[in-house]
Amino acid sequence: MAVILKDETAWIKSSSDIVKVRQLVRDWAIAMGFSLVEQTKIVTAASELARNALDYGGGGEVRLEMIQNELRRGLKVTFIDQGPGIPDLEQALKDGFSTGTGMGLGLSGAKRLVSEFEIDSAAGRGTKVSITRWRNT
Amino acid sequence: MERIPILKMGPYLLVTIQVDMHDRVAMTLQDELTQQIVKDHARGVLLDISSVDVVDSFIGRMIGNIAAMARMLDAETVLVGMKPAVAITLVELGMSLAGVRTALNVEKGMAMLQNSLKGKETFGRNTQG
Repeated sequence: MAVILKDETAWIKSSSDIVKVRQLVRDWAIAMGFSLVEQTKIVTAASELARNALDYGGGGEVRLEMIQNELRRGLKVTFIDQGPGIPDLEQALKDGFSTGTGMGLGLSGAKRLVSEFEIDSAAGRGTKVSITRWRNT
Repeated sequence: MERIPILKMGPYLLVTIQVDMHDRVAMTLQDELTQQIVKDHARGVLLDISSVDVVDSFIGRMIGNIAAMARMLDAETVLVGMKPAVAITLVELGMSLAGVRTALNVEKGMAMLQNSLKGKETFGRNTQG
C-alpha cells in the first residue's frame, strides 16, 4: 500500500490554469528527481488531462501527491471535475475519439505517457482521472 | 496577454516561441501568422521551438495547422529546434506531426527553405511579377 508523503491541490478554472498545472507538475517532477524525458511525459499527460477537465468538465481541481510504496516513489496527479461525465469510457479511451476540438488523443495519449492510469466516470457523475509515474529508488 | 513576435527575414518569417504557451496565445499566433504571410508575400516560415519544453496535442495540432495554412498561402513551414524529450513524448502521445517538415536548428531550416524556394522558382510562380 502506498503512503502519501506530500500533497498539493490547485484549481483549474481557466485556460491559464493549464499553463500553471504544467509548471506545478514540472516543479514536482524535478524535485522528485525524474529524468528530463520522464518529466516531459508526465507534464504533457497532465496538460492533456487539465484541458479535458476544463473543456469537458467545466473546470475542476488537480491534486498532486508524492507517494511511496515498499519499492519506489511516485508522482500521482489526479484531476476531478463535476462535469457531465463520460457515458462510454471504452470509446473515450480509443485513439481518435473526440467530441471536442482536439485530435482525440487526450485520454489515450495521456495513458501511454504514464506508468498507471485510472479513470472513474459515468454520465452525470463527473470525471476523476489519476495518473502515476514511478521512479525506481 | 503575451504575444509571440513574428520577425521578417527577407522572404521568410521567423517565429520563436519562448514562453509556455497559453492556448489563446497559440490561437492568436495562427491568425497573426497567416495575415503576415499574405501581407509580406512570405515564401517560408521558420517555427523555432528550441525553448519549448512541452508540446501537448493542442499545441501539436496548432503546429500542424500553421503548416497546412501556410501551404495554402504558398509558404513552406519548417519546424526547428525540437528538444529530444519533446520528440519522444509527442510520438508516444500518438502525434508524429506527419506533413510538417523539420530541421535541427534555424540555420538548417533556413537552408531547407532556400533550397525548396529555388526548386519552386524553376517551375512555380515568378516572384519578380
